[in-house]
Order: sequence, then C-alpha cells, then structure tokens
Amino acid sequence: MTGGLLEVDGLGFRHADAAPDAPPAIEAVSFSVPGGSLVAVVGPSGSGKTTLLRCVAGLVRPTAGEIRLDGRPIDGVPDATAVVFQDYGRSLFPWMSVADNVDLPLRRLGLAPAERRTRVSDALAEVGLAGTEASYPWQLSGGMQQRVAIARAMAYRPRLLLMDEPFASVDAQVRADLQELTLSVWQAHGSTVLFVTHDIDEAVYLADRVVVLSPAPARVAADVAVGLPRPRDQIATRSSAAFVELRARVARLIRR
Amino acid sequence: MTAVARAQPNASDGAGIGLRLAVIVGLAVAWELVALLANDPVYWPRFSAVAARLWEAWLANPAAWVESAWPSTWRLLAGWIGAVVSGIAIGTLIGLSASARAYVNPLVEFLRSIPPPALLPLFIVLLGIGDGMKVAMIGFGAAWPILLNTADGVASVEPMRRETARVYGLTGRDVLARIVLPSAGPRIFAGLRVSLSIAVILMVISELFATVDGIGFELIQAQRSFRMLDAWAIILLLGLIGYALNTVLGLVERRVLAWQLGATRSER
Repeated sequence: MTGGLLEVDGLGFRHADAAPDAPPAIEAVSFSVPGGSLVAVVGPSGSGKTTLLRCVAGLVRPTAGEIRLDGRPIDGVPDATAVVFQDYGRSLFPWMSVADNVDLPLRRLGLAPAERRTRVSDALAEVGLAGTEASYPWQLSGGMQQRVAIARAMAYRPRLLLMDEPFASVDAQVRADLQELTLSVWQAHGSTVLFVTHDIDEAVYLADRVVVLSPAPARVAADVAVGLPRPRDQIATRSSAAFVELRARVARLIRR
Repeated sequence: MTAVARAQPNASDGAGIGLRLAVIVGLAVAWELVALLANDPVYWPRFSAVAARLWEAWLANPAAWVESAWPSTWRLLAGWIGAVVSGIAIGTLIGLSASARAYVNPLVEFLRSIPPPALLPLFIVLLGIGDGMKVAMIGFGAAWPILLNTADGVASVEPMRRETARVYGLTGRDVLARIVLPSAGPRIFAGLRVSLSIAVILMVISELFATVDGIGFELIQAQRSFRMLDAWAIILLLGLIGYALNTVLGLVERRVLAWQLGATRSER
C-alpha cells in the first residue's frame, strides 16, 4: 500500500479558552507531504508542533484552513492513519499483552483471525520483538515499548503515519536504534510519514524535507529540502559536510 | 536494547501470614487470660468456651447452616451482586458523560448520605418483611461505593488512551470493554471491597428486626434470652464470614488486576 498525499492548507488553530486578543497557536501554516515521503516538522518548544499533528490526526479541529488527504478534506480521524505518541507508557494498554496491543486496531478491519495473527507476529518480528507476544508492555524497557507502539502502527498498514516526538523520552543509543527502525519500516511499507520533533539532527537525518516552524504563533519559517542520499547511515551521513551544513541552516532558522 | 524487567513475586508474603497468625493467637490468649481474671462466665466467657460453642453450635452443626447461615448468606450475596451489577452499570453511564455527572452528582451525594438502616422502616412498609426487603436493603446500601468508584474510574481514563482508541477507530463497544472498564478496574475493585463490608453490616441489621431466620435473628434471640456465650459465638461467626468473603474477593482481584500489580511494581 502506498502512502497518501497530505496537504496542509492555511491551517490555523486558536485554543477555545484563549483570550480574544491573544495570537492564535498556529497561523496560516501550509505545506504538503507527497505520497510515500517522510517530512519532519521542527520548531522551538511551545511552537504548536504537537497541536499541528493533532489537527492532522483529526483529534482536534483546526479553527482555520483545511487539511486534505488524497485531495479529500479531513473531518475527524482520517482512515488508515496511525499515530505513534511520545508517551508510549500511556498510549499502550497495560492490561493487554503485547500481541493484544498490536492486534487491537486490527479488530475492526474485517480480517480473518489467521490473517490478524500473521500481521501481529510479522509486525513484532519487524521491530525486533519476535517472541514477546505474551509479555505485557510494563515487562519491557522503554525503547522496547516504543517498538511495540511502532509495531501496532505498522500492523495497521497506515497510509499516513504520524509520529509525535516519538523518541524524546529514550536515551541516545536507543533513539538511534529507533531512528533506523523508523527508516526501515517506512521504506518497507511506503507510508507517508509526518514526523514531529524538536531534535534538528533527527529531523535532518530522517526526512526528505524539513518544515521549520516559527515561534508562536506558528508559521512556516522555511521548508528545507534534504538532499542527502539514502540509505542513510548514523555515522557516515551524520559526519558528511552536507548534513552538517543542513543542520546548521535549520538551527539558524529556528534561532532567528 | 536493555534487559526485560520481570515483576518479582512479593517475598514478604510468607512472613506476613506468620505474623498475622501470631497477632490473632496473641489476642485469643489475651482474651482467655482477661476472662479468667474477670471470672464472670455468663457475661465475659472465656475465648475457649466461645470457640467451643462456635464449633458445636455452628461450624459442626449442619442444621444451623441450613436454617440460619444459608438464608443470611444468600440474601447477602443476592443483595451484593445486585449492587455490583447496578453500581457498575449506572456508574459507567454517569462516568461516561460529563453532563450526566453534573446533573446527577447532587442527587447521588444526597442519596448516599442517607444511612441505609434509617430506610429500614420504610422498606418494611413498602416491601414487607420478607427476603425481598432484606435483599433490596443490602443492595441499596452496598451499591453506592461501587457506583461512585466506577463513575470516577470511568471518567478518569487517561486521555491519551482514549485518543489512541480514536485514532485506530475502535468501536464504542471495544472502547468500553477493552479500554474504559479495564482502566477503571482498580477503582471498581476498591468500591467492591468497601461495599462487601457494608453488605455484611446490612445483612445483620436487616435480620435484627421483623424476621424469622438468619444469623442476625439468632444473635438477637441469644441476646434477648441472655445466652451471651451464643451471642459471642455468633459475633465470631460473622467475623469469619466477612473475612472469608473478603479473602475470596481479594483472590479474584489479584487475578483480574494482575496487570496493575505488575505495572506498579515495574515503575518503582
């Protein structure tokens, strides 16, 4: 399944309880994510990155503008969309085994039980967690729990995968492993990925393009194409002159 | 990838049982000694005499089981199970809707503030003195802790869990059965434990008045005919029944909420 085309068009968001004269959290943000590409959104903390992602996920309704998936305006949660949240501890269900957590979204897809089991074990194998089906999330380390959340998203075969600072609460080595995992499942499944992060390195390393948001109210400060060749490599890519130059450029855009 | 952290069984369980047993034995010995010193076998019988009476009049007496203990127990269980079903059902409905909570809360707070024994005269007039009245009174009094805890637990599901369910398009039934109720489980069980104690109290009270059988009836009969040894034995019997019911509920809870024990242990 190939990923859908995501278009964010003139998106604005104002909190319902904000003072009438306060600036909106997000103001006229427009960008697009071509089908099957990986676009990162970076911005200073408090710039409305997460709110932007929640609008795209259909969890909150934007107060201006429109979001389209394959040309159709989004109203509510778009079909075949998966989200990986930062807080895996609260997004996984501790009363369900790892397999049941991954299986839960598949229940309404009308799949045969055998097909569901295959998808669950394939997804777990893909994230390196084969054999943990009967474990509970709290028996796993933080990095492994986030792998379960990624497996849950991938078993669902999303056309659009939204990732909200997914690796912000794991340590550096685990983060690098999870970045590799993200790239490999993305390349295997061809989903469209919108990846929100405050980590400039991570954005440049992973993405085809980096959308830089300004401090609040969020606007698109720049839309930077990352021309780095794939497959990327944690050491070779990160030490290349092009990577260092891009990272500096994005950092300057955020500082400004 | 770091190692898998598995929950360890609580190592202090074995020592805990020994200590609890020692406390009980110590209290029994103290009772025996104080009664010996008081030397008043009618009003302050010795523990050994009470225990012997408990054994011969109740524990080893099938007729007492059939005629008194069973009528009490089934009314207790019927009332309590009614309270569990209605408390969880109504509590869930109230917990799911913020506006329902706003409307219903004052009424619920008022109703639960009425001491259930005060309703006994009314229940007798409305429902008679039969089993139905007793079951209704036990159920009415025991439902409140379950209802309030369920409403609270259902209303306080972690928002991110609800959002995850929304993103993955779970049906309302799946959300209720697989997300909301399990998440409220620890609160519901807290309510079940409180309500079980209330049910035992109301079972006894409902049998003190206008009744022809049951443990409470036997207690009031013993008191009226100055059979204090029997009264003491019945009080111990009620303690044993309450303890047994709590133990069974505790075992069920440990099974149903095993995930919670594990999750809180691994957070430490």
